[in-house]
Amino acid sequence: MTTLEIAARVDAKGLSCPMPIVKTAQAMKGLASGQLLEVLATDPGSTKDLEAWSKSTGNPLVESSVEGAVFRFVLQKK
Amino acid sequence: MTLTLEPTAEAPALVSQPAEAGAPEVQHHDILLINYSGELEKVWATMLLASTAGAMGLQCKVFVTFWGLQNFVKDSRRITGKNWMQKMMSFMQRPGISHRKLSKMNFLGMGPWMMGQLAKQQKNASPRELLEIAQSMGVEFIPCQMTMDMFGLNPDDLIEGMAEPVGAATVLGLMSEGWSPLFI
Repeated sequence: MTTLEIAARVDAKGLSCPMPIVKTAQAMKGLASGQLLEVLATDPGSTKDLEAWSKSTGNPLVESSVEGAVFRFVLQKK
Repeated sequence: MTLTLEPTAEAPALVSQPAEAGAPEVQHHDILLINYSGELEKVWATMLLASTAGAMGLQCKVFVTFWGLQNFVKDSRRITGKNWMQKMMSFMQRPGISHRKLSKMNFLGMGPWMMGQLAKQQKNASPRELLEIAQSMGVEFIPCQMTMDMFGLNPDDLIEGMAEPVGAATVLGLMSEGWSPLFI
């Protein structure tokens, strides 16, 4: 078991496509390999979009959940 | 906040896996957008795709031609061109990304204004903001030399950071090398 801390957080709540992806990409640039990024969004399209982004960029999506109207994602820098 | 990861979390289940084992990995293609239109909604679509391509780490170039070049003239330029006809053209249709008209429901600017208000309510980024994001993410905007000549545009009429103007052969060359083209 490895315990990793969230290294950075993106609050994209209220923002619509493509801003959650853009902000995720910008925040990911500042992280080192293996670090975790948490993304919060309210855009319902962001679930599929972040999956696509993760697949395209190769940064694994390690967690995806919904808390009320807020979608929460945790991505790991490759 | 902490997150506990199983040692096997290397390949998370949430990322879609290829349908069959041994299926080829997703092949990345470079993206070539051709921005032909100067209409607000089409410029918006172009900038949205360009900024997203940049965010996805895809290599993306945008060839800017014909009416599309009007989107890349500095907003502050009112009249462009060298002869009276070119000047008249820019007088009739104000260049600059912030002065685009809708193809439908323009109503002397009422349509674009309402579109802008709706976008603000929904927190959509404007074409101008998306253009700046795309540029900051390495998307290259390439003006068409022939259109520059036809409208009498100088390189300094265009926004900062544009690539060197090229012609049709360069664009077709990219397509023949496998760049996926999209004409907007």
